[in-house]
Amino acid sequence: MSKNIYVTGIGIISAIGKNAEETLMSLRNKKSGIGKLHHIKTRHQQNLSVGEVPQTDEELKELCKAFADVIYTRTSLLGMVAVAEAFKSAAIVDVQEYKTGIVSATSVGGMGIAENFFSRYLDVNDNGDFLKNINTIDCSDSTERIADYLGIKDFLSTISTACSSSANSIMYGARLLQHGIVDRVVVGGTDSLSRFTINGFHSLKILDQQPCKPFDLNRNGLNLGEGAGFLVLETEKSLNGKNVLCKLSGYGNSNDAYHQTASSPDGAGAFLAMENAFRRSGLKAEDISYINAHGTGTEVNDLSEGLALERIFNKKLPPVSSTKSFTGHTLAAAGGIEAVLSILSIQNNIIYPNLNFKNQMPELGFSPAVNLDAYYNVKHVLSNSFGFGGNTSSLIFSKVN
Amino acid sequence: MKAFIRGTGIISPQHTFVTTEFLKEIVISDTNFLKCIEPSYKDYLDPVMARRMGRIVKMGIAAATEALKNAKIKMPDAIITGTALGCLGDTEKFLSAIIADDEQFLTPTSFIQSIQNTVSAQIALQLKCMNHNFTFVHKGFSFESALLDALMMLGENDAENILVGGLDEMTEKNLLIYSRLNNWKKENIRSNELFAQKTEGTIAGEGAAFFVLSKNPSSNDYAKLCGIKTIYNPSTPKEINIHIDTLLKENSLSTDDISLILYGMNGDTATDNFYSQIKSQFLPNTPSGSFKHLCGEYQTSGGFAMWMAAMMLKNQMAPAVVMHSSLPVILPIKSVLIYNNYENNHSLMLAEKV
Amino acid sequence: MDEMIEKLKAEIIEQLNLVDINKDDIQADTPLFGTGLGLDSIDSIELSVLLERKYGVKITNSQEGKKVFQSLRTMAEFIMENQKK
Repeated sequence: MSKNIYVTGIGIISAIGKNAEETLMSLRNKKSGIGKLHHIKTRHQQNLSVGEVPQTDEELKELCKAFADVIYTRTSLLGMVAVAEAFKSAAIVDVQEYKTGIVSATSVGGMGIAENFFSRYLDVNDNGDFLKNINTIDCSDSTERIADYLGIKDFLSTISTACSSSANSIMYGARLLQHGIVDRVVVGGTDSLSRFTINGFHSLKILDQQPCKPFDLNRNGLNLGEGAGFLVLETEKSLNGKNVLCKLSGYGNSNDAYHQTASSPDGAGAFLAMENAFRRSGLKAEDISYINAHGTGTEVNDLSEGLALERIFNKKLPPVSSTKSFTGHTLAAAGGIEAVLSILSIQNNIIYPNLNFKNQMPELGFSPAVNLDAYYNVKHVLSNSFGFGGNTSSLIFSKVN
Repeated sequence: MKAFIRGTGIISPQHTFVTTEFLKEIVISDTNFLKCIEPSYKDYLDPVMARRMGRIVKMGIAAATEALKNAKIKMPDAIITGTALGCLGDTEKFLSAIIADDEQFLTPTSFIQSIQNTVSAQIALQLKCMNHNFTFVHKGFSFESALLDALMMLGENDAENILVGGLDEMTEKNLLIYSRLNNWKKENIRSNELFAQKTEGTIAGEGAAFFVLSKNPSSNDYAKLCGIKTIYNPSTPKEINIHIDTLLKENSLSTDDISLILYGMNGDTATDNFYSQIKSQFLPNTPSGSFKHLCGEYQTSGGFAMWMAAMMLKNQMAPAVVMHSSLPVILPIKSVLIYNNYENNHSLMLAEKV
Repeated sequence: MDEMIEKLKAEIIEQLNLVDINKDDIQADTPLFGTGLGLDSIDSIELSVLLERKYGVKITNSQEGKKVFQSLRTMAEFIMENQKK
């Protein structure tokens, strides 16, 4: 990588906080955001544990001072809150000062609204204002609403590769900077809970009715979550002496090419993604201070990822934890949210605990970190995000002195 | 950032799949929908996997397989696709099932198949390709973002040959939903009369266009892709022209060097004026043509346009069915500029003769 | 029993979209998973839903599922045993 890619801003909203400060507080206090579902009516309501953002759509609109005359999906609103924080954190005042782009990610898009109106869209005798919602269905809508809200015009795109989506946005953004397509770029992702995804994951029988237990012998599945996590990436060109949070020193994307939803037994794709990230960063496994694992709590992922980690770290792992025990699995937003958590780890020298862990998996030689360590010298963090379709992504963030 | 277009595989409403002919026999629709001519999938799909696949996935795999075969490449160094609506058929199926049985007895197949990166994933699975695999889903920038990703990777020495595709399908339900937004012509028209109508609305289309982009030249190459620009929500045609100028300058070209320009006008008088203004104000002397009367309007129509440009440059011909008669094309065709849009997503692509 | 097996055969062919499979290739005792028909984990979920929807019988865990879905015969036996309850 020829140019250094710096993170100058972060923004986050999830079940554990509506900004970075609240999020860090929840993590320090080991306060998980997993609980009951409130905002969506579903048959499965009583049998779900989710990482729901407590604010209603109206409250989110109020929070980010959204424009009054625009239809916003919840996906858009979550994204706007997080990107607004990222912009502020990066001290961006005049968006037009430099060529500025956005690469976002989502899997749900506008489905949260569409699923409630689908039958009505198909009934030609049913007319009304609700027809305007049709324009919010596809995945570009939230990206464009966020872009319009902040005045970003120079480059827009959206990635959707299931659970690795926003990690891939971060990579794509970094490459746009390398090639000078933009001078600075907002990267990350946003997803909201919806009946579509709740029913989808329910049909796959990989949801845990109780709070998830990543890497535990008795893990039972994942908890769905929602939220948004965004970074502002810049190079030397636009820094002008401003504060840098850390460096994106490596990244890698690979494909497991094994099965549509299940990871390969040996985690080959995961291994390759991490290997690519190391190669690009010039770092070695022993340089990593902390691993923020994908760690969904499913039988298959945690085994596959665990074995891949052991292989690449030669069984000598630094502290590992999955923060999905706090936020739930935020799908396309996971990569972005967990990137922000990785950066907060570096800034605050903090290792997060892996909640709900009791018994080590017999196939693995390691256990995740169960204690919060608030005084750890965190220099380099590896963050994993693995999605359906075998899409495996890894990011490495590094402290800048 | 440049790349050689080494192979193509195109499923479209025209006879474009596995043929050396270039728009010889034209397919005309009178239903306001140009539907793809699909091949027999038996030669392309593993039957055990195919049983789950939606239509767009089959189209994508077939087109991708042909592109690789055409390029004589067995394993691409990356698989990158752009699709605005993804696996629409399966999304509708799962959503309909949720509604019909009130969230009971749902089976996972259509949910899994509805995930937007299914096409990229299935191609990787079929090839056992463990390399870089991205899917872009930004409306009229989906295909162009994928092309840009490929160009960047080839420029970084991260890859030699990349499989890139742009695809979207149209379904009965979506035709209806978009009609509620008044997207289509009020009365059925013949697709070859799309631009003669001078009314609002357009006609629907769909397609799967895959390419192999290569770092190094070969005797197989169709053309050279020299640059892409995406422009979000331009307020005036002048904004587009500034980007055209930049793109040409980056390639040491002037407007006089463009042999012809393909415009993505779609017959909707409410929006086609951008094109006529660009034409009259900035490129009055450049021979021009259009393509949406052949492929219909859809978010990744840029793929069809790029195939047309590649074929024009390779075969050194500009079919009469494409070209506006006002200015004749002067041979040799040295470069083709494409200016396209889908709603507020505008894009430019430049290709040159090898 | 034979009638149930034939009925199940038609139903799984439809549910799993096994259109290209020769019906005669699926006998009462043909292994459905692994070798034989080569179904996978997603298919086992599909079959669980089929059993619940059409016959009102539930598979309680994946261990039970492995036993029940060994063949058409084991499926038929499971249905006949549990439908009575």
